[in-house]
Amino acid sequence: MSTFVQITVLMSSAIETGFQEKIDQDIRIEPRDWMPEAYRKTLIRQISQHAHSEIVGMLPEANWITRAPTLKRKATLIAKVQDEAGHGLYLYSSAETLGVSREEMIDQLHQGKAKYSSIFNYPTLTWADMGAIGWLVDGAAIMNQVPLCRASYGPYARAMVRICREESFHQRQGFEILLVLSKGNEAQRRMCQDAIDRWWWPSVMMFGPNDDASPHTAQSMRWKIKRFTNDELRQRFVDVCAGQVKLLGMHLPDPDLVWNEARQHYDFGPIDWNEFREVINGNGPCNKERLAARVKAHADGAWVREAALAHAQKNSIREKAA
Amino acid sequence: MDNQYTVQDKTSWPLWEVFIRSKQGLDHKHVGSLHAADAAMAIENARDVYTRRMEGVSIWVVESRHIHASNPDEAASLYDPANDKVYRHPTFYDLPDELKHM
Ligand SMILES: [Fe+2]
Ligand SMILES: [Fe+2]
Repeated sequence: MSTFVQITVLMSSAIETGFQEKIDQDIRIEPRDWMPEAYRKTLIRQISQHAHSEIVGMLPEANWITRAPTLKRKATLIAKVQDEAGHGLYLYSSAETLGVSREEMIDQLHQGKAKYSSIFNYPTLTWADMGAIGWLVDGAAIMNQVPLCRASYGPYARAMVRICREESFHQRQGFEILLVLSKGNEAQRRMCQDAIDRWWWPSVMMFGPNDDASPHTAQSMRWKIKRFTNDELRQRFVDVCAGQVKLLGMHLPDPDLVWNEARQHYDFGPIDWNEFREVINGNGPCNKERLAARVKAHADGAWVREAALAHAQKNSIREKAA
Repeated sequence: MDNQYTVQDKTSWPLWEVFIRSKQGLDHKHVGSLHAADAAMAIENARDVYTRRMEGVSIWVVESRHIHASNPDEAASLYDPANDKVYRHPTFYDLPDELKHM
């Protein structure tokens, strides 16, 4: 090794140690601060996947806006979907501070190279699905997002604070939809249970693979861009939902779900990881439809983006001339 | 996955930083950024995404390329002058306890 290389290696490891010390002391990393390339790349992947999930996540719910049963439900659903668009924007913006462009991220999504949460590849078949999504899907998202308000990267943590503040109404309106159905007639109660049956396992899978199958967790926890493991968060979610479902007079579709006094947690049945892999790899019930809808919306909006830019340019020339 | 994505976007809107005054009497504070074709659109979009829940009474937008920032490596030097000029702090001055209202 040449002296120059040796010195460079020594210097960069000293900088890396300093970086980790900052993180250990809970000092936030800001956009222009030095950071390891791997930290930057991991964050870009994590934040953009999250942003894509918010944006694709609007589609299953938008499906029911025109068919919401009352004006109140329609207004609520529109507000919720609009919030999700905002969440996408907060997250894309915070990823942009890491040096990736919005177009790059959107290209990756549209070309099928970027992932988004597997849950949004399931169809929304009945009105009760709006309730189950709010309660379970937003509930799982909240479980995941609250700890990220303390993520080590400043712009990401701040976006998460904003998002979490908005999420709680999402979950509450969902639970209320199910609560009303659960007190309805026989057909409505059946519809309620059916939605819970279909959304439960995909929601449990939202936390990702088991800890022993997620090799990057340890590094992400050291960097504090992940604060709890997948299995820890999943357990917490199961525990909370197992209690809440009782208020609906419904049940979770898991015959193995049972309180374990020794662990002070609910035990639950095996997860169908085959299904998870299939959906993640593009073979879920709605993957093609979701992506096609995104690509179409983007393509249909191209003339608007061009026209707005041309208009802005013309105006600025006119202003300069005046 | 089959690639249906063919649209090439040559026309991306510039990035804007958004600052919001949460209520009368407080400073504008940076809240995030967004893309928009011009300032008017940036303000409209900022209202839609950053003030849906009464978060603000006034919005400023600045195109991101116009922001000049200090170098983070020199952050220490921003604190140094204050540290070695203790006479800028009120506790530096020795005054009798009987002195009131000061
Ligand atoms: Fe969201
Ligand atoms: Fe949500």
